[in-house]
Amino acid sequence: MSKIKLTIDGKKVQIEQGKTILDAAKKINVKIPTLCYHEDLCVAGNCRVCVVEVAGSRALQASCAIPAQDGMEVRTNTPKVRNARKDIIAMLVSEHNTQCTTCYRSTNCELQTLSAEFNIDNNRYLSILKPNIEVDRSSWSIEKDDSKCVRCQRCVRTCSELQHVNALTVSHKGKDMKISTFHDLPLKDVVCTNCGQCVNRCPTGALTERRYFDEVWEAIGDPTKHVVMNTAPSVRVALGEMLGYPVGTRVTGKMVTAMRRLGVDSVLDTDFSADLTIIEEGTELLVRLKKALVDKDDTIKLPLLTSCSPGWVKFCEHLYPEHLGHLSTCKSPQQMFGALTKTYYADKKGIDPKDIVSVAIMPCAAKKFEANRGEMKDSGFQDIDAGLTTRELGHMIKQTGLNFLELEESSYDSIMGESTGAGVIFGATGGVMEAALRTAYEIVTGKEVPFENLNIIPVRGMEGIKEAAIKIEGALPEWSFLEGVEMKVAVAHGLINARIIMDQIAAGESPYHFIEVMACPGGCIGGGGQPIPTNEAIRKARVAAIYEEDMNMNLRKSHDNPAIKTIYKDFLKEPLSHVSHNLLHTTYRKRQHY
Amino acid sequence: MVSKKLQRVDFIFDCAGCEPIEVVKKALKMTREEVVSSIIESGLKGRGGAGFPTGMKWKFAKDEVADTKYVICNADEGEPGTFKDREILDVVPNKVLSGMAICAYAIGSKEGIIYLRGEYNFLLKKLNAQIDEFNNSLSKIGLDFAVSIRSGSGAYICGEETALFESMEGRRGEPRNKPPFPTKSGYNGKPTVINNVETLVYTAMIINMGVDEFKAVGTMDSRGSKVFSVSGDTPKAGIHELELGLNVADFVEEFGDGDTKAVQVGGASGHCVPRKLFKETIIGFEGIPTGGSMMIFNSTRSMFNVLNDYLEFFAEESCGQCTPCRIGTQQLIKGIEHVKKGQMPSEYLDQLIKLTETMKIASKCGLGQSVANSFSSIVTNFREEMIY
Ligand code: SF4
Ligand code: SF4
Ligand code: SF4
Ligand code: SF4
Ligand code: FES
Repeated sequence: MSKIKLTIDGKKVQIEQGKTILDAAKKINVKIPTLCYHEDLCVAGNCRVCVVEVAGSRALQASCAIPAQDGMEVRTNTPKVRNARKDIIAMLVSEHNTQCTTCYRSTNCELQTLSAEFNIDNNRYLSILKPNIEVDRSSWSIEKDDSKCVRCQRCVRTCSELQHVNALTVSHKGKDMKISTFHDLPLKDVVCTNCGQCVNRCPTGALTERRYFDEVWEAIGDPTKHVVMNTAPSVRVALGEMLGYPVGTRVTGKMVTAMRRLGVDSVLDTDFSADLTIIEEGTELLVRLKKALVDKDDTIKLPLLTSCSPGWVKFCEHLYPEHLGHLSTCKSPQQMFGALTKTYYADKKGIDPKDIVSVAIMPCAAKKFEANRGEMKDSGFQDIDAGLTTRELGHMIKQTGLNFLELEESSYDSIMGESTGAGVIFGATGGVMEAALRTAYEIVTGKEVPFENLNIIPVRGMEGIKEAAIKIEGALPEWSFLEGVEMKVAVAHGLINARIIMDQIAAGESPYHFIEVMACPGGCIGGGGQPIPTNEAIRKARVAAIYEEDMNMNLRKSHDNPAIKTIYKDFLKEPLSHVSHNLLHTTYRKRQHY
Repeated sequence: MVSKKLQRVDFIFDCAGCEPIEVVKKALKMTREEVVSSIIESGLKGRGGAGFPTGMKWKFAKDEVADTKYVICNADEGEPGTFKDREILDVVPNKVLSGMAICAYAIGSKEGIIYLRGEYNFLLKKLNAQIDEFNNSLSKIGLDFAVSIRSGSGAYICGEETALFESMEGRRGEPRNKPPFPTKSGYNGKPTVINNVETLVYTAMIINMGVDEFKAVGTMDSRGSKVFSVSGDTPKAGIHELELGLNVADFVEEFGDGDTKAVQVGGASGHCVPRKLFKETIIGFEGIPTGGSMMIFNSTRSMFNVLNDYLEFFAEESCGQCTPCRIGTQQLIKGIEHVKKGQMPSEYLDQLIKLTETMKIASKCGLGQSVANSFSSIVTNFREEMIY
C-alpha cells in the first residue's frame, strides 16, 4: 500500500493512501472534534464539526470525509476553523431540546461535551426547536426523542450497515429532515429488532433504552417483595467502564457486592442458566441429528440455530418467518432464569412466587422486549419482571453513592448463582458455540473436545462469520450414528452476517449442523445495553476479559456445574423433559417486515 | 473592467448551418485529444452556475482508465426563474445529443443518460423519439454510444451532480463528499462527465464553428454567449441569448421596466445587484456568474419578501444532511423575521451575515454554500428594508 506525506499543523505525517485527514491527525495526536463520525460506521461527513483548513481550497473540508492527499497542508486550529466549529455547534444547539438536567445521556453526551468545550454561551442563535415533538415510547426496548436528535445519521447507518435491518431511515428534506421509520410508524410496529446498536452509537439522548430502574428501586424498597437480580456474563467485563475502571477490567466481585448494597435480596448469575441452556440446546441438537440421520425424518430442520439473542430471534421472526423451524426452541438464559426463579427457586426458598421480583441485568436492549413477550409466563407469572441494561445498573450504583473502586469483592448467592467458564463465554461471539461443543462432544464421545485447554480457537475472534469442523471419533454406543461425522458449525455476529447465514439456509445451501448467531457485533460484549462508547478496540478488550474470566474458573464445562446436576436431579429430571419443555422452551411467530 | 455592450447572439437556437449529426461526424474526424483540447482552448465554462472549465472535466474523465464511463446530461433545472433548458430540449434536442456524443467520443463512453426534471416529463414522448433516431444515426456513423432518459424525482438538490447520482442509483438525493470527483467516481462509481444541457450544446457549437469563432465572443474570463431566462418586472420576459461580459446597467436598459431597483443575477442562489451598482457589475465570471436566471425587481417590490421567499425555498430544498445548510437557512429566516418585528436588534443582521460566511465555507455542497450570496447581497444593499 502506497504511503503519502502531508503536514498537519506544521507537523509531517505519513499515512496510507485512502485514509482520511482525520486518520492522519489521529496518528500524530492532533485531536479534531467529531460528531457524525463513528469508527464502526461508513463516513457521512454531514455534521461538519470536524472541518479543517486545507491550503489551496476556499472552503473548509470535513476531515472525517476527505482523503488525505500527498503534499496536503492542513490546519486544524485557525480562527476560521474555530469560528466555523463554534457556529456549527451553536446551530446544533439551537435546533436542540437542551434539557440536559433531565436527560438520560447527561455527562455522557457528545453534543453536551462539544458545547461545553466550545462554550456555546448566550444562545448565539434563536431556538428553532420544533414544538410538540413527542417521544416515541411505544417500544418495550427503545425510546426515540427527536427533540434531541442532531441528525448525524449514525443510527441509520448502524441499522443499515451493521445490522442490515433498515428500521430507521432519513425522511423529508430541508428543515423537516428527520430520522424516521417506515411511514413514521411507532417503533413497536416496524421491523426494529430492538438490538439497541443504534442506541449505542447515538451521540445524544435521542435514542435511549427504555429505563425500568425506578420500578426496580420501588420493588427493592418494598419489604413484601423478594428481589432477585441475575447478571449476564458480559456485564461483569463492561460495567467497570462506567465506574472508573479502564476498559476490559473484570469487576465481577465488586459488582456482586454493589448489587447487594443496592438492597436486592439475592444476587444470582445468569451464567447458571447459560450452562443450563447448553444442556438443553446441546441435547436438542443431538436429538435433531439423530432424527435426521437415523430416523431419516425429513421434517427435521437442520442446521439448528441458537436462540439466546432476542434481537436475532426477532430479526428471524420479521425477515425469515418461513425458517423459524431452525431456531432452537430453548428460551434464552434470561428467560430460563426467570421461569426457574418463580418455580424452582421459589420452592427451594419457600417464597410465594407472586412476591418475587426477578430482575435481569443484561448487555442488551432487546432483552426488555423479550421479558415482555406474551408467551414468557410459563411459571404462571411473568418470568422476568424487569430487564435492565448494564448502563442502568451503572446508574443505580452511582445513585447509591457507593465508592465502587473501594468495594470489597464477594461471590454470588447460591441456588442459581453457580456457574462455569462455559457460561461466562456466552458473553462473546462464538462463546455459545464453544460452550456447546465442550459439552456435546463429551456427551457423544465421553472425551473432552480435542482442543488445547478446551479453548476452541477457530470460533473465537472478530471475523463476521467463523466456521469450524470437528470430526467425531470414538462415539459412545448410543451415539454410534455420529461416528466419523464431521460436525460443521458456524458463528455469526451482527445481523448483517445473520442475513448471510439465513440466505444460505433459505436457498437450501447451508453446509452447517449448528449455527450460533448473536445480533450484536462482538456478541453480548458489544450489546446495545453496554456502556457507551463502543468500538472495535473496546469490544476486543471486553472479549479478552471474558476469556480471562473463563480461564480463572475451576469448572469450565456446563455439564460439570454441580448446581445444574442438582436441578436436573431435583426438578427438571432430564434434558428436554416435560418440565423443561414447559418452563424452558418456547415458540416463535411471524412478524411484519417493514 | 470594461464591459461589453449588450449583444444578442444566436448559437443555441439557430438551426442554419448546423446539422447535429454532421457535427458529430466532424468531431470523429478529429482525434480524441484534439476534441478535448479544442474545448479546453475555447475556454468554455460550465453553464450550470459553478463554472468549472468544461474541457478540463472532459480531460480528467478521458484520462481515467475504466471499463465503463458515463456521459450525463443534467436537465434537472430547478433554480426558480430558469426555464432555458426546457426550451433547449424542446427546440434543439439534437444539439444537446450531439454534445453528448462528442463528449462520449472524447472520453471513451458508450452510455449517455439525460436526467430530466420530473416537471419536464411532458417532453418525454417527443424526446424519446428523437433519441431513438439519434442513436440510430450514431450507429450508422460508427459511434458506439447510446443515450437514454431518466426521469428525476423532483427535488431541487438532485440537480447537484453527486446528489443526482445518488438519486439515479435509487437512493435518497443527498450530495456526496468530494473528492472523489465525478470524473473519477461518479454514477455507479464510474468515471462520469456530467454537464448541463446548455453546456453540451456549446461544446457542439465549438466543434462546429471552430474555437476561434467561439473565442471571439465574450471576454477573457467569460468566453462565448449565454442563454438567460429573464423574469420579474420586465416587459420582455423570456429566453434571450446574449454575449457574456455585459454590465447590469445595459441589461436593465434592455429588459427593465424603467423602474428597476434591483436585479437578482443567478436566481435564488445568486447575487442581488442594487441600482447603485448596476454600472460596475459585469455579468460573467469576472463579475457575477450566473446559471441563467435574471430576475428584475422594480421599486414596488419588498426586498424583505424577496429574501424571505428565497430563504424559505432553501429551507425546503436543502437536503438537510449537513448542519450549516439545514439549520443555517432556518436561522436566517427566523433571524430576519425577528429583526423585522423588532424582537432582535438590527445588529443581529451582522451576526447573520457572519453565519452565512460559515455556511459558505462549511456546507457540504453548493446549495448551502450559495445561500450566503443572496442573503448578504440583499441584507447589505437593502438593510433598511430588513429593519422597517
Ligand atoms: S442529548 Fe445531550 S445535549 Fe441534549 S439534553 Fe441530553 S445531555 Fe443535553
Ligand atoms: S434497535 Fe437495532 S434494529 Fe432497531 S432501529 Fe436500532 S439498530 Fe435498527
Ligand atoms: S437519533 Fe441519534 S444517532 Fe440518530 S441521527 Fe439522531 S442523534 Fe444521530
Ligand atoms: S449544503 Fe445543504 S443541500 Fe448541500 S449537503 Fe448540506 S444540507 Fe444538503
Ligand atoms: S465528524 Fe466529520 S462531518 Fe461530522
